Amino acid sequence: MFELFDQLFVNLKHAVVGALPEGWQVLASPLISAAAILGVFASLFALTVLVERKGLGRIQNRPGPNRVGPAGLLQPLADFIKALTKEDIVPVSADKVLHFLAPVVMLAPVLLAYAVLPFGRNMVAVDFDAGLLFFFAAGACVELAVFMAGWSSHNKFSLLGAMRAIAQMISYELPLILATLGVVMLVGSLSLVDIVASQAGHHWGWLARWWVFTPWGLAAFVIFLIAATAESNRAPFDLPEGEAELVAGHLVEYSGFKYAIFFIAEYLGLFAVSALAITLFLGGWHAPVAALDWLPSWFWFGAKLAGFIVFFIWVRGTLPRVRVDHLMGFAWKFLLPLVLWNLVVAAVWWYSRGWAFAGAGILRWVGCAAMILIPYSLLGRALYTRHGLGPRTYRLAA
Amino acid sequence: MNTALLIFSTITLAGAAAAMTLRNLIHCALAGAVAFLGLAGLFLGLGAEFVAFGQVLVYVGAVAILIVIAVLLTRPARVAGESPRVEPWLPGVGIGVLVTGALVAMVKASLVARSPEAVSSPAAPVKAIGEQLMTTYVLPLEVLGLLLTAALIGAVLLALRDPGEARRP
Amino acid sequence: MLGSGIVKGFVETARNFVGSFHDPGRLVTIEYPDERQELPENSRNFPMLVYDGDDRMKGLRCVACKICEKECPPQCIYIEVERDARGKALKHPRIFDLDISVCMSCQICVEVCPFDAIKMDTAFELSTDNRFGGLLLNKHQLAKPNSYYRAIHPLEAAEVDERLAAEQARAAAKAKAAAAKAPAPAAANAVAT
Repeated sequence: MFELFDQLFVNLKHAVVGALPEGWQVLASPLISAAAILGVFASLFALTVLVERKGLGRIQNRPGPNRVGPAGLLQPLADFIKALTKEDIVPVSADKVLHFLAPVVMLAPVLLAYAVLPFGRNMVAVDFDAGLLFFFAAGACVELAVFMAGWSSHNKFSLLGAMRAIAQMISYELPLILATLGVVMLVGSLSLVDIVASQAGHHWGWLARWWVFTPWGLAAFVIFLIAATAESNRAPFDLPEGEAELVAGHLVEYSGFKYAIFFIAEYLGLFAVSALAITLFLGGWHAPVAALDWLPSWFWFGAKLAGFIVFFIWVRGTLPRVRVDHLMGFAWKFLLPLVLWNLVVAAVWWYSRGWAFAGAGILRWVGCAAMILIPYSLLGRALYTRHGLGPRTYRLAA
Repeated sequence: MNTALLIFSTITLAGAAAAMTLRNLIHCALAGAVAFLGLAGLFLGLGAEFVAFGQVLVYVGAVAILIVIAVLLTRPARVAGESPRVEPWLPGVGIGVLVTGALVAMVKASLVARSPEAVSSPAAPVKAIGEQLMTTYVLPLEVLGLLLTAALIGAVLLALRDPGEARRP
Repeated sequence: MLGSGIVKGFVETARNFVGSFHDPGRLVTIEYPDERQELPENSRNFPMLVYDGDDRMKGLRCVACKICEKECPPQCIYIEVERDARGKALKHPRIFDLDISVCMSCQICVEVCPFDAIKMDTAFELSTDNRFGGLLLNKHQLAKPNSYYRAIHPLEAAEVDERLAAEQARAAAKAKAAAAKAPAPAAANAVAT
């Protein structure tokens, strides 16, 4: 029974592919995977927009959208129709070709990134040996799309927004990639399937062996989350679209469905990076405790992803937008040293795995946690209490 | 496999040609990024996943962006009526011929040209590449790392100094 | 420690989120077309003309003195006096138009009106698909009964009614005194002052 539900989608796909004639099978297998990913995550996008609007409403003590359909459930449909039917305006002085290509270049790499993510047991479209690298390589192409959008609009707001976005993405890509390196070091593989497999099994027979339960894993997870929020341009790091100063950043001159594609790409990027966080630190599709192993693997992946989405909405409802110099300073002066040091801690954790004396486990955990917490609090104190958040003196204003 | 090779070669060559002939510098830079992507496709077709993804990550994600921003910050993108031909063209052609010749000679002398069957399955796992880098090629790796760090610090120092700073205590 | 403020913020928003489901004091939104907020006593939107009795036009308190027309800062009022066949002005407006697309709800017309004829209305659902005719209200649209005025501004209307009743009583007393040919006009003057 468990096998049936756990492998439901895998068997379904095999059945469909097997029913096709011989020559079509090679082509059909990746196409079916791609269609499934596209369908599932596009619907998740629609659902997320609704949940986000309602959740943000509740956080701000208002009911949120509740007019379209029962309890506002058809709001995504209304939004979709609105986006589709709006006039598509291309500025006269815009670079027409690049202006058209930018949304496409934005969405394509984001969708590509889903190819290597394992959504459940045996549920991965392509298992690359260097899957993690593939994910980041796909993510790197997004920057070029943002630049294309900003430059081709021929608008100073969009160009400034694009420059900001690129600066932010490049700055936060470093902590993002370095945070994953600890896991890669200990697993010894860049394949995401291997990384999930390395988190199988249980501590003391019940608690899952996820990397987030190690001190360096927890630190890397938190840094990864912060950097991922910045990478996907979400609040509180949504400066590229800062309405107050840049109107909408690189999206100023986009309307109608092109704007919707940017919007979709942004959310799909958020899901992808959440899925990567789940894969690297939260055990992928493994259940959190042994007693819950009877639920199918894809259920656990979906549940964790839903948790991430709720968390990101909560973050957006809580934190105000950061200032642009704080943004850069935070990445380069705070996150980068910490994440580099975290790699050292991960190495210490790896070399202390053979300790066998009494209380070794607790000592190892506490020792590594202290190795992270002490630099964290010292660095935080040095950066943010001595020179940091006071009246600012502008260097260029003198 | 041959079809893929053909497609990616075409993309690479077309991108490179566009990068050389287009009049708008930003278009040239973006066409260059297309050529980089085609090159990554070629690597992927040859089974060198790590190199292919590294190519995209470094060249499309960083180098193309760097070029684009450098163009933006230094000169207007639309240069009217300027001839794309560089005046002293003879040294340029000479250097081009020399580089091509050196590359051809190197490929001809390499293991691939002498015994293709010896390297017919180049799908090297990432782990093997990493181990090689950390053992056999550790010195070049470290030297490169040092060089890049020095370049980085130099760039930061250059960017840090602004006129008028010296007057302040 | 660095980051404790962020945790505090998260707790606060979580409290808002959960509270909005069970604590009606938090979810203060009034879903307007379905439910309405009771307008406060002093709320006002555009002027209206108050009439007494049952006939909308005969009962108008307005005497077409044109003071409000002159005082109106954006000049949104247009008045013409009703005249009889011989051209004598009757104390009644023939035309009283008020352009609510121009009116700025300043209430100066109400304050200058010596006859308590023009008062502020609270109706705000005045949208129309005709921005010229639809927003230019004539005297038929502007006329509202005194009972309506009492309903929307109870305190103010009570004061006005009391004053008007007193004035009427005084006028009646004066008329009676005049009719009786009272030998002492000083007494009537004393009452008037």
